[in-house]
Amino acid sequence: MNIAALPDDITNRPDWPGAIYRTLKDHGVAQISYVPDAGHSRLIELSHADPTIKTTVLTTEEEGVALSAGAWLGGERAVLLMQSSGVGNCINMLSLLSSCRFPFLTLVTMRGEWAEFNPWQIPMGKATAQAFEIMGVTVFRLERAEDATEVVSAASSLAFESDQPIAILISQQMLGRKKWTETK
Amino acid sequence: MTQASNLLDRREAVRALLADRGDLLVISGLGSSSYDVFDAGDHDGNFYLWGAMGGAAMMGLGLAQAQPRRPVLVITGDGEQLMGVGSLLTIAAHVPANLSIAVLDNGHFGETGMQRSHSGLGARLDAIAKGAGFQSTVKITDMDGIAAFRSDVRRLSGGPKLALIRISTTHVDRALPPRDGVFLKNRFRQHLGIAVT
Repeated sequence: MNIAALPDDITNRPDWPGAIYRTLKDHGVAQISYVPDAGHSRLIELSHADPTIKTTVLTTEEEGVALSAGAWLGGERAVLLMQSSGVGNCINMLSLLSSCRFPFLTLVTMRGEWAEFNPWQIPMGKATAQAFEIMGVTVFRLERAEDATEVVSAASSLAFESDQPIAILISQQMLGRKKWTETK
Repeated sequence: MTQASNLLDRREAVRALLADRGDLLVISGLGSSSYDVFDAGDHDGNFYLWGAMGGAAMMGLGLAQAQPRRPVLVITGDGEQLMGVGSLLTIAAHVPANLSIAVLDNGHFGETGMQRSHSGLGARLDAIAKGAGFQSTVKITDMDGIAAFRSDVRRLSGGPKLALIRISTTHVDRALPPRDGVFLKNRFRQHLGIAVT
């Protein structure tokens, strides 16, 4: 038996994943890699549906750091999608970014903060921003759906035009409380 | 494991693999693999890793996807590939036709005191790659095998390909490529005609 999470009243929310997708397209992003998260599911669907974006599912998050660096070597812009619990997995691989001054943009859906019900998510959720910062990654926060375009656009410019490593932490508040339903 | 004397010399194997390289792009894994690639002849289309252990193959995937008209070869060691063993699954799932991986396998962690690696303890990276779904896998034990794989990696079809190249643990002198990552990155991009801004 699987347990699947469904965001509540999703139809009433602004389409911030769509706004993020359009903004990444505007900034010429050609590769998107991800470790799945329910909060990223819409953006992942949009990416897979777009034949001009190479969409790569990863076994672990640090693969996406190296993939982004390789894409840049080859002249393409890449973005990594993950959940906060995966940030710790990336620590040593992030050294690639500062050693070579690679541009880097990751969008991280947060767990372990707003109305979290799973205590196992909390330690990494609390450490997410610091984990990035100790490795030299600049952290932006996206707290409101209506700010998605502006925050992602500013982060993309900083990453791809100023060769900076940038993480955008997407507030758990934007993802909504999880309702848990059991499915076969 | 006793060292058989008929195993390949790593420098000779890599030199042969990179001879008349044409438009081949190369990523090398940290440690001896980077030294081997540099020793075979420095080239603007080489990117030498000095860290990021486990990331060489994934850098190769990002590059191969960005440059589908160029053959991309990752040359790395068994220890480096073992740390990123999941990346073999990721690469196989996305079928990059122009990507090849050469694993120089001496069964040991050569940079850190020659401790035996999982490969030396019986794991078969070529079988793991095959199980992951690689289009082509081969175990190479002689220079004829190197010559055949050399032709194969230059083709833009049929990838991803992985060759497990059994090499000797015999000591070779270090040949140290540039360590400045920013220089290596910009040199590589300039080689591809991308302006440094």
